Amino acid sequence: MSRFGVVFAALAGFCSSLYSTVAVASPEVNLYSARKEALIQPLLEKFTADTGIKVNLVTGKADALLKRLKSEGRNSPADVLLTTDAGRLHRAKAAGVTKAFNSVLINSVVPASYRDADNHWVGLSVRSRPILYVKDRVKPAELSTYEALSGAKWKQRICIRSSSNIYNQSLIASMIAANGVAETEAWAKALVANMARPPKGGDRDQIKAAAAGQCDIAIANTYYLAGMLNSSDEDQKRAAQKMGVFWPNQAGRGAHVNISGAALTRYSKNADNAIKLIEFLASEKAQQWYAEVNGEYPVLGAVTVGETLKAWGEFKADALNVGKLGELNSEAVMLMDRAGWK
Amino acid sequence: MKFSYWHTSIIATTLLLAIPLAVVVANVFVPAGEVWRHLAATVLQDYIVNSLLLMFGVAIGSLILGVGSAWLVSVTEFPGRKYFEWALLLPMAIPAYIIAYTYTGMLDFAGPVQSSLRELTGWGYGDYWFPEIRSLGGAAVMLSLVLYPYIYLLARAAFLSQSLCVLEVSRSLGNGPWCTFFHVGLPLARPAIVAGLSLVLMETLADYGTVQYFGVSTFTTGIFRTWYGLDNAPAAAQLAAMLLLFVVVLVTLERISRRQSRYYNTGKRTQPLQRLKLVGRGRVAASLFCFAILLSGFLLPAAQLASWAINTYQTMIDARFVTLFFNTLELAAISTALALVIALLLNYGRRLQPTRGIRFAVRAAGLGYAIPGTVIAIGVVIPFGWFDNTLDSWMRAQFDVSTGLLLSGTIAALVFAYMVRFLAVSLHAVESGLERITPSMDEAARAMGEKPLGILGRIHIPMLKGSLITALLLVFVDVLKELPATLILRPFNFNTLAVRAYELASDERLADSSTAALAIVVAGLVPVILLSRSLSKTRSFAK
Repeated sequence: MSRFGVVFAALAGFCSSLYSTVAVASPEVNLYSARKEALIQPLLEKFTADTGIKVNLVTGKADALLKRLKSEGRNSPADVLLTTDAGRLHRAKAAGVTKAFNSVLINSVVPASYRDADNHWVGLSVRSRPILYVKDRVKPAELSTYEALSGAKWKQRICIRSSSNIYNQSLIASMIAANGVAETEAWAKALVANMARPPKGGDRDQIKAAAAGQCDIAIANTYYLAGMLNSSDEDQKRAAQKMGVFWPNQAGRGAHVNISGAALTRYSKNADNAIKLIEFLASEKAQQWYAEVNGEYPVLGAVTVGETLKAWGEFKADALNVGKLGELNSEAVMLMDRAGWK
Repeated sequence: MKFSYWHTSIIATTLLLAIPLAVVVANVFVPAGEVWRHLAATVLQDYIVNSLLLMFGVAIGSLILGVGSAWLVSVTEFPGRKYFEWALLLPMAIPAYIIAYTYTGMLDFAGPVQSSLRELTGWGYGDYWFPEIRSLGGAAVMLSLVLYPYIYLLARAAFLSQSLCVLEVSRSLGNGPWCTFFHVGLPLARPAIVAGLSLVLMETLADYGTVQYFGVSTFTTGIFRTWYGLDNAPAAAQLAAMLLLFVVVLVTLERISRRQSRYYNTGKRTQPLQRLKLVGRGRVAASLFCFAILLSGFLLPAAQLASWAINTYQTMIDARFVTLFFNTLELAAISTALALVIALLLNYGRRLQPTRGIRFAVRAAGLGYAIPGTVIAIGVVIPFGWFDNTLDSWMRAQFDVSTGLLLSGTIAALVFAYMVRFLAVSLHAVESGLERITPSMDEAARAMGEKPLGILGRIHIPMLKGSLITALLLVFVDVLKELPATLILRPFNFNTLAVRAYELASDERLADSSTAALAIVVAGLVPVILLSRSLSKTRSFAK
């Protein structure tokens, strides 16, 4: 029994050491972030170094953070909600947990299609989802639009991940916005028939499968390809080098893009600091960081991007307001269910 | 009622723990609109069929691995047995989604195994058949490999505590080892095996990471798809309630099937068992069987993780990583201790007063294990937020003082969620031990004037030591690995190893995530080794 006694005494000690709450003395801002820690913390440290404002961070899945924000109500400590797609920002606004903020700076530098019409949220980086092709098996001239991928010549040649993935959902939402439900559903059915295998794995897995010969085309976000090209793993690097980037729909609406972005919370108690943080994240310095570190495109057209992104050339992005992707998201999911897209 | 304080405290505890599940079930009455018709017409059938098939596959796999190896190391002697005895616990320190990532890394079409096969033979895509790791079958294998230790641990404790006289009698009556296993050892260990199996099946139902990565649509992936994708939280909660129904049916069937049986043995003396010395082919087969399990459940994935970590650990280990490590250990230690105390309280209370109400309450307290952590977490966030805000409003109105958020976003909320989710583990472990102690012990002690708490402290706890250690170990490792509830409920600037590993892995940076994943394994190894050593000391025939 004595050993148990010792264990319990030790545990009691642990318990008392845990109740250290967040300090309130110095200026600070509280962040709920769906961006992973590794992809935001370095920027936050820069912000703190520049301004002396401390940033407290919780990361998690956007919908769960949203639920937490909502349940905490007016006592919620969160000042800023950061998400990795526009749909969740749209949802946050619809749930009434955000509020408008007026930043002259942001309104002047961020294009309107990446901002909420009522200024509840703003895009901070652009995530594009073009067509990736295996260079020695597909000529760029064979490619044109997302729509053309339903053609019979691509039978068993396309790799794309599950329809549970948000970026596929937003791609379909953008197609519904452009072509309507019926046409997009017919297209999705044909695309499913053209898949080389049932959807599985993440975006990198599609690229690897294409490079290894399981398919000729992969649809994936560019930052995954950039991550593989700059990876310390030689296999990943080799696989990525086999792939070319094709920007589809350049003669029409442009390639599909989504954003990562930020919203100010309704009950923010540090709103001034929160706006400072959002403005910092939209600044040129931060924009370059997204491009360099994670291969995302800046929301500001003027910012120079790194070598990897430069090599893929400039492209025309779909000018649809990204908030629309959120509105059409559940429609898109149901459409993919009906099309048999796993 | 002389001991009504047992009654009151049990009902209070279980009611508290039932809140998150009640929040889920309450959604059943919220109309979810057209979504159900859509689900029923398109994907619901897949969810049900795949979940059932997965449970079936994992049940078969983990029973063969768990019961087989437990029997071998408990009653036979073969080369390496002493090492396998504890090493067979190691796979449970690996989170299921991590083992899924490592095997995919090795066996996928683009992975090294198939790539070198193609290079050797000149085959291309479609020229040869290779088992597809990312499939329903693959998911069943992955889950079996990391979940069988639940069965192994409980079954081994049961085999070891079986009165050896019973086994000796079976042998002296001329039964061979197989016959003894199937007709005496196995039936007597049934409560423990079933307890382990139900943990395995509940964990299988709650799994999200593996099935999602493998592209298998189950109930769990359906819940999240309905919530995240269709933005319909009520329908998602209704799916979760259906999942709960699955479990209730499972548990009830199990209860009914063994209603009439008792599993304690009344032998007064236990003697050192002559372990059955395996010879010839049996010897080799036993060693190989255990080694194969260890190899595929632990050594291979750990080696894959290590080979990734070698390239990346320098950038991954920093001051923050150390904090991370200790955060994780502290959380696990606190939760483990609390889960053990509650499990003892509930189980013992039920033994004292097995009324219908108490039996039901204790049964219900263990249901949370089958519910995905995210769903539990939402079930915690909503009532805690409500409580905090209501109290705050009241205090403002009465005293013009704001109490803010007292519980939301604290470690307390997190530990509470762990209790809801993992109490089943310690409940089952303690229960299967308590069932093997004959009630005549209690009666004798009571007749000599001992009070219930005294009986618990002086008779049951010492006799239960093996089961308690098992419970400690299982909960500890489960909390180490826990991800979704931690993600949602944790305070600012507070991370755990599982969070770190998951964030990097879900960003498809497997190599970077491997350091944190290995740290989970290491943190899990220490208690596994320490506790399994003291466990082997509690064998009834050790001295």
